[in-house]
Amino acid sequence: MAPLSHYLAVSAILFVIGTVGVLFRRNAIIIFMCVELMLNAVNLTLIAFAQFLGDQTGQILVFFVMTVAAAEAAVGLAIIIALFRNKQTVDVTKMNILKW
Amino acid sequence: MPLSEIAFYVFSAGAIVCALLTITRKSAVVSALMLVLTFCFLAAIYLTLQAQFLAVVQVAVYAGAIMVLVLFVIMLLNLESEDIRVTNNWKAIVGILAALGVLAQILAMIFLSQDKLPKSINPAAAVLGTTESVGRALYTGYSFPFEMASLILISAAVGAIILAKKKLV
Repeated sequence: MAPLSHYLAVSAILFVIGTVGVLFRRNAIIIFMCVELMLNAVNLTLIAFAQFLGDQTGQILVFFVMTVAAAEAAVGLAIIIALFRNKQTVDVTKMNILKW
Repeated sequence: MPLSEIAFYVFSAGAIVCALLTITRKSAVVSALMLVLTFCFLAAIYLTLQAQFLAVVQVAVYAGAIMVLVLFVIMLLNLESEDIRVTNNWKAIVGILAALGVLAQILAMIFLSQDKLPKSINPAAAVLGTTESVGRALYTGYSFPFEMASLILISAAVGAIILAKKKLV
């Protein structure tokens, strides 16, 4: 059995990869996928702690995170479709209509 | 080294490599498929933690439902490949430094608290991860949040339909 710290380290690395993706990519769909990756990294931390501490609450929380992620995916993709209909692009640098 | 430990390191390496490919590929479709692989590797890591139910849900909900939705949207929008050259060097340096700072901070926290963490998996974990025990907890102690989740899902579905409709009312 790998020690808990290794699970946490993998989770931290995945989270930071997701962060880098959000910071550097310009395609709104890929930014959205990177957010999903960050959510998954946090899920891994929760499950690792839940199983090492023998407490089920962490697993229940992951279940609800997955539910909210599914809802977020539906709404987020609908927003991307609405944006594309208005601007013919999903490049986030071109969505500056609220900027001075 | 026992088999479960080897499995964990193999799956972790796979997840990290696929995550890196997700954020470096130009084509959105390739990125999405790499993310599906990442989610499958994560499900395998959940299995090494004896969380069977969540591993199956991970494959069904994330790799299945959510990523199929994403792929459908990519297909509908018919995007050309993104040019991922970094245009602003100064911003790129700040971004990389911020990301590495966060990583260093988390890893330092893990390293410093290493002897306070539990040493091995709890003997109760194998029972806690089964569908039966997670389902029992969801339908007894957590029945109210469980019902609220259905409210979130229905409002998200209605909201998504209204947002994606041709004419906003």
